[in-house]
Amino acid sequence: MKKFNKFVSVALASAMVLSMAGCGSDASQSGSSSDAFKIGGIGPTTGGAAAYGLAVQNAAQLAVDEINAAGGVNGYKFELNFQDDELDAEKSVNAYNTLKDWGAQIILGSVTSGCCIAVTDKTKEDNMFQLTPSGSAVACTQYDNNFRVCFSDPAQGAASAQYIGENGLASKVAIIYDSSDTYSTGIYESFVSGAASQSFEIVSEEAFTADSKTDFSVQLQKAQDAGADLIFLPIYYQEASLILTQANGMGYAPKFFGVDGMDGILTGVDNFDKSLAEGVMLLTPFAADATDDMTVKFVAAYQEKFGEIPNQFAADSYDAIYAIKAAIEKSGVKPSDSVSDICEGLKGAFVEISIDGLTGEGIVWDATGEPNKAPKAVIIENGAYKAM
Amino acid sequence: MQKAFMTKLKSNKTLKSNLITFGMVIIAYILMEILMAAGILSNLLKGLLVPLCVYAILAVSLNLTVGILGELSLGHAGFMCVGAFSSAFFSKCMQDVIPIAGVRFTLAIIIGALSAGLFGILIGIPVLRLKGDYLAIVTLAFGEIIKNLVNILYVGLDENGFHFSTKSSLDLNLSENGTVIIQGAQGITGTPHDSNFTIGIILLLLTLFIVLNLIHSRDGRAIMAIRDNTIAAESVGINITKYKLMAFSISAALAGLAGVLYAHNLSTLTALPKNFGYNMSIMILVFVVLGGIGNIRGSIISAVVLTLLPELLRGLNDYRMLIYAIVLIVMMLFNWAPACIQWREKIAYKLKKKKIVKINGKEA
Amino acid sequence: MSFLKYLISGISLGSVYALIALGYTMVYGIAKMLNFAHGDVIMIGAFTTYTICSTLGLPPVIGVLAAVILCTFLGMGIERVAYKPLRKAASPLAVLITAIGVSYLLQNIALLIFGANTKAFASVVSFPALELADGSITVSGETIVTILSCIVIMICLMLFIHKTKAGQAMLAVSEDKGAAQLMGINVNGTIALTFAIGSALAAIAGVLLCSAYPSLNPYTGSMPGIKAFVAAVFGGIGSIPGAFIGGILLGIIEIFAKAYISSQVADAIVFAVLIIVLLIKPTGILGRNVQEKV
Repeated sequence: MKKFNKFVSVALASAMVLSMAGCGSDASQSGSSSDAFKIGGIGPTTGGAAAYGLAVQNAAQLAVDEINAAGGVNGYKFELNFQDDELDAEKSVNAYNTLKDWGAQIILGSVTSGCCIAVTDKTKEDNMFQLTPSGSAVACTQYDNNFRVCFSDPAQGAASAQYIGENGLASKVAIIYDSSDTYSTGIYESFVSGAASQSFEIVSEEAFTADSKTDFSVQLQKAQDAGADLIFLPIYYQEASLILTQANGMGYAPKFFGVDGMDGILTGVDNFDKSLAEGVMLLTPFAADATDDMTVKFVAAYQEKFGEIPNQFAADSYDAIYAIKAAIEKSGVKPSDSVSDICEGLKGAFVEISIDGLTGEGIVWDATGEPNKAPKAVIIENGAYKAM
Repeated sequence: MQKAFMTKLKSNKTLKSNLITFGMVIIAYILMEILMAAGILSNLLKGLLVPLCVYAILAVSLNLTVGILGELSLGHAGFMCVGAFSSAFFSKCMQDVIPIAGVRFTLAIIIGALSAGLFGILIGIPVLRLKGDYLAIVTLAFGEIIKNLVNILYVGLDENGFHFSTKSSLDLNLSENGTVIIQGAQGITGTPHDSNFTIGIILLLLTLFIVLNLIHSRDGRAIMAIRDNTIAAESVGINITKYKLMAFSISAALAGLAGVLYAHNLSTLTALPKNFGYNMSIMILVFVVLGGIGNIRGSIISAVVLTLLPELLRGLNDYRMLIYAIVLIVMMLFNWAPACIQWREKIAYKLKKKKIVKINGKEA
Repeated sequence: MSFLKYLISGISLGSVYALIALGYTMVYGIAKMLNFAHGDVIMIGAFTTYTICSTLGLPPVIGVLAAVILCTFLGMGIERVAYKPLRKAASPLAVLITAIGVSYLLQNIALLIFGANTKAFASVVSFPALELADGSITVSGETIVTILSCIVIMICLMLFIHKTKAGQAMLAVSEDKGAAQLMGINVNGTIALTFAIGSALAAIAGVLLCSAYPSLNPYTGSMPGIKAFVAAVFGGIGSIPGAFIGGILLGIIEIFAKAYISSQVADAIVFAVLIIVLLIKPTGILGRNVQEKV
């Protein structure tokens, strides 16, 4: 029996080593000779954050297919390979290495902040161009080869505080945030520091964690007891949908104010009673039911292909692919160039391009990797976004 | 005379087994180094070398608690978390003070292992009075408490010294040129990248050395006596608490060691349910049980196989984790089900018989 | 006043934990295994009801019934394929690990079938909310139904175990499998029945969990599953009234920790209380003290 065990384990281990080594040699051969730009995507497609990763993956695929169908970019096609990182920084680095073996030349990702920061170190080492659709933490663009499509956390938190203060939306504000999440705590902190110079007062700051996010009655009760007339929710729409439901159940109806993670409240939760979201305000770059041609076309195509209404992650991802296309056109890099040359070319081109995307018109980037686009404040009325 | 011979043979047997274990690790190391030098090692595997060492160390260290001490612990990731954060904190603070990476990392390793060991003692004293599933749930609880507390810990440093807060980095009241070192759920970013494969292997060998030596020492026999029959062990004068605590805290310190390696391999360190929660503790337990409870070599092999498996299945895209789950179940049944073991023995016996027949045939 | 509100929130949350813990403790008490896949059976139950009621538009009764039937067979199937072959394994830990494998498997099957998007579960409860103290305190219909189901299930389970032949067989199997077999009890059948009942309870728990907290995705079951495990240990694992008390207490402690200490460290406080209780009473609140034989 022991012998058998040993045999099996040795066989397994050697098979693995062989297949690994095999992968490596394959990739190095086919890496640069093809006539397509190889884009590697990284994000969680399984696990609790799968909804975000899958949205990015789907929208990127959609954009790539569109571009290829229209003849590609400078005559070259795009090829997309999307790898799962399970919302784990270590797995995200594994995904990056897998993509490198595949011959990736440009990285789209990671989708979440923590994973993205871990990957930036690796792309910096290899000087590979990295554009994250949705990694919002400051350090996601810490190197010169990192760019992002979404807003950064401080920009959103401070902008929210300013918006609430300047428009006199409330005098007493409560916050409910996820103290175990990078994104949420980042915005929470910048909101609090931005609020110091505003006219309103923060009366209640309550947290929840990834391990206890079913019951929000205490957080809501405290906000109500403190007399808050507005609740700031720097969280994702899934939890927000529960908070809205529970607030409704206890007959508490303050104003709710969210950030871009809130986008999806109308469309991302299947079967959600939209009347509960009536009056919710949020800063978002994207609205799935906007009536401009581009959004309508995108939403229709996405829905047809994947059977869901796209959220803000999908929109960011779609814009990211088109931004890469624009930068390739501007810089004139070719798939046969080395990874480092492509990176240098795109880096130079990114600060010069301006794209009209789903998440903003005339988006331009500065050398630090930040996009400059203004968050739009919208309010939900009759089950749809309306500009404020 | 005969008795002395027997003991010698017996000790030789353990020596041989230990040598195989060490040899396996060293050969794997040399093989990888050769492949790397030849440039045929894929980037994925290159990137996985340090994590493989981390998980092998974790599996071996948990095997000390589960296999040798015979107690079920579901909070092992908590000790890894302590080791990771304490050492990353140290490295981040000392990045400018001690510019030599080797010295700084050695100190970080010692600090990480010691603080995790200290937690092991502190938690072990009350917890080891419990038994079985109750012990399991309490260790799980401690692991979750550690993860939760790390997530709300804010530490900053400026010319006035350290500032602590559990609220937000704004409450640290840092002066203008102060820096936030641990930023709550955003964790520690910018830990120096000091881990590499060679250090990983050295730490794995160190772990093996400590654990194997312990098992075959007088203390180790006492620990195993407690596992097999607590009351009998107590009645021959073995100090139960002392030995239980010894095994538990060494196991914790080694998990801390793995944490140090983990923290210095990635530039960002956050305490998520995925990496330091009960999910990870359970994953380490899976390594131990699949590899064979009490079987140190098996722990290493199963840690390596189960860490590589999901990466190798990446080609299956959406079905990856599904297939992984099925493979896990099948492997468990194959390794543990009495019916399977019988079937395997039968096959092994048939193969052996064939061989004997062959040899006999040749001789004839 | 706010104290009363928090207490009611705690009981609402606790009743859901209690309901899940009943199934947990049932399986543990008889089969002596921690079924880590229990939380995921809950999720499958909730998805079944969701599909039938919200997607197909059939009445809730049919949805709940279908969930119960499906989960019963699922539970028996899991037991047959993944747990039974390991019943005589050298270590009881082996079956714990396959349970984890089954848990991953169910999550990923659900991910492939239903997708990662969260679904808002339409409550199956049409019971009116109870208003106390001139409407300033409301107890939702879901809470009332959950507590009532807990009590009904608890009584039925106790009657079943103590008054029926099959129940007595279960007790015998939990005491000593070998001796039970010698007495002519079908051990395999009895354990399969235990899993069938435990999984049927999981289906009901899933439906009521999602009715009270209407958010459903493939990972919905795992955290409540662990919390219910904690609740079952809290009350003395294997004890049916213990699971109920443990669940309710856990819910109340969680809410009070959030309300009166800190919402950031509520998880840590819940676990700390658990540790303290177990250190004082090592077999849980209603657990039996087993004297060790020499």
